[in-house]
Amino acid sequence: MPLLIPAAVGLAFLLLPLLALLVRAPWRSLPEQLTSPEVWQALRLSLVCATAATALSLLIGVPLAWLLARTDFPGRGLVRALVTLPLVLPPVVGGVALLLAFGRNGVIGQWLDAWFGITLPFTTTGVVLAETFVAMPFLVISVEGTLRAADPRYEEAAMTLGASRFTAFRRVTLPLIAPGVAAGSVLAWARALGEFGATITFAGNFPGRTQTMPLAVYLALQNDPAAAIALSLVLLAVSIAVLAGLRDRWMTAS
Amino acid sequence: MTTRSARRIRRSLRATGAGVAALLALSGCSSESSGDAGSSSKPSGTITVFAAASLQESFAKLGKTFEKQHPGTEVTFNFGGSDTLAASITSGAPADVFAAASTRTMRTVTDQDATAGRPRTFVRNRLEIATLPGNPDEIDSLEDLTRPGLKVVLCDRTVPCGAAAQSALRTGGLRLTPVSYEEDVKSALTKVVLKEADAALVYRTDVRAAGDKVEGVEFPEAAEAVNDYPIALLKDAPNPGAAGAFIDLVKSAEGQKVLTAAGFLTP
Repeated sequence: MPLLIPAAVGLAFLLLPLLALLVRAPWRSLPEQLTSPEVWQALRLSLVCATAATALSLLIGVPLAWLLARTDFPGRGLVRALVTLPLVLPPVVGGVALLLAFGRNGVIGQWLDAWFGITLPFTTTGVVLAETFVAMPFLVISVEGTLRAADPRYEEAAMTLGASRFTAFRRVTLPLIAPGVAAGSVLAWARALGEFGATITFAGNFPGRTQTMPLAVYLALQNDPAAAIALSLVLLAVSIAVLAGLRDRWMTAS
Repeated sequence: MTTRSARRIRRSLRATGAGVAALLALSGCSSESSGDAGSSSKPSGTITVFAAASLQESFAKLGKTFEKQHPGTEVTFNFGGSDTLAASITSGAPADVFAAASTRTMRTVTDQDATAGRPRTFVRNRLEIATLPGNPDEIDSLEDLTRPGLKVVLCDRTVPCGAAAQSALRTGGLRLTPVSYEEDVKSALTKVVLKEADAALVYRTDVRAAGDKVEGVEFPEAAEAVNDYPIALLKDAPNPGAAGAFIDLVKSAEGQKVLTAAGFLTP
């Protein structure tokens, strides 16, 4: 089987770096590394922000996916391409773009500051925005694909029976595409959890407020590699636990 | 290939005893400090210099000068955070010269036995407050930064500029809660350039390099937060002769002129 060897190389390439993390982990000092309050602070912030970013993505991303899949308007192809842009954009560019838009001196941010006294950089809200910017396209793409695969005649049938468009969407379409929404949410959540570039550029780094786990890992690497490895292990464990836990319930259900 | 095997022999020699190691260190030291290896045989070929990000402008200039003085040479640079550079050197990056923004960072390289001879301090850098152009918040002292409502960014304490900021604050007996601990001095400065922060503690040289995009405010506590910049020839340098000559240029009167013009202080 000529494909077996490159396939094995591919698998090894993906798994070896993660194994190296386990091999070089400072197991003996791990308990004290991981019980420090800073670690828990960063982990808690990471989980809260990733969850908030996923919720925000659901709120505005599912309607956007519906718009792209179910309606016809001029320039839809272009809009669809623009939605996927954050997927390929270097996250740090996303962070700079967010600063220029929502920063205190930004295109929108200066009005937020002048009218409401709201500034987003250096705040936890800023972290959520940065994570949403990077993670939402995963959800939109995933939900749009599911919507295209779902038969629109069920919605049409509901509407001929007197349901409004919104009721049909809520009572018929949403349950129909639930597995796709769930899979998209997991992807978005995992991406938000690992977000680094846009977060450190837009929201800065302050323990307890904007310092998420990836930021803590990066800064620990500067002068305490053992701590960085320990923090990486936590992030790896959380990611594996979430993906494994949700896979059985949602992803294989579709 | 020959240099690599020679290096391997040297390594095994080193393993035979501490005395040999000391001898080698001594010989490395003498060849670096006298600079004879550089001036007697004409420097040629490529040298790779790993240098702190804050040295970018002045070292680029010195590299051009060196290439002009020694035709046939080429100086390539890798600018970055000192700690990141130190980590890549100790894990085997092929570099000839390392110039760090703090002695602590250089120590991580010397601790791994990766330098030839003792690192020498060639410039010093002190902190300055970078404020918005025109200093609209009227910041005149380090204490002014602790005013409530002022958005100040510092470097994270894990990087040299952050460590310096902490010792300046300690000297002044001040407590300052910034809005962010930035990952390096340039990103701290950027937050002020983009007007997202009102002030940042950065190096004097960064304020100068930013031109009129920020305004610098000096403060007395900065005298206690001076970073020494050490430079060293690396032990596994592929081109030690030319590298030694480059270090000589950096330490020469001509090199010091370029560096002080950028805002560095002579040691």
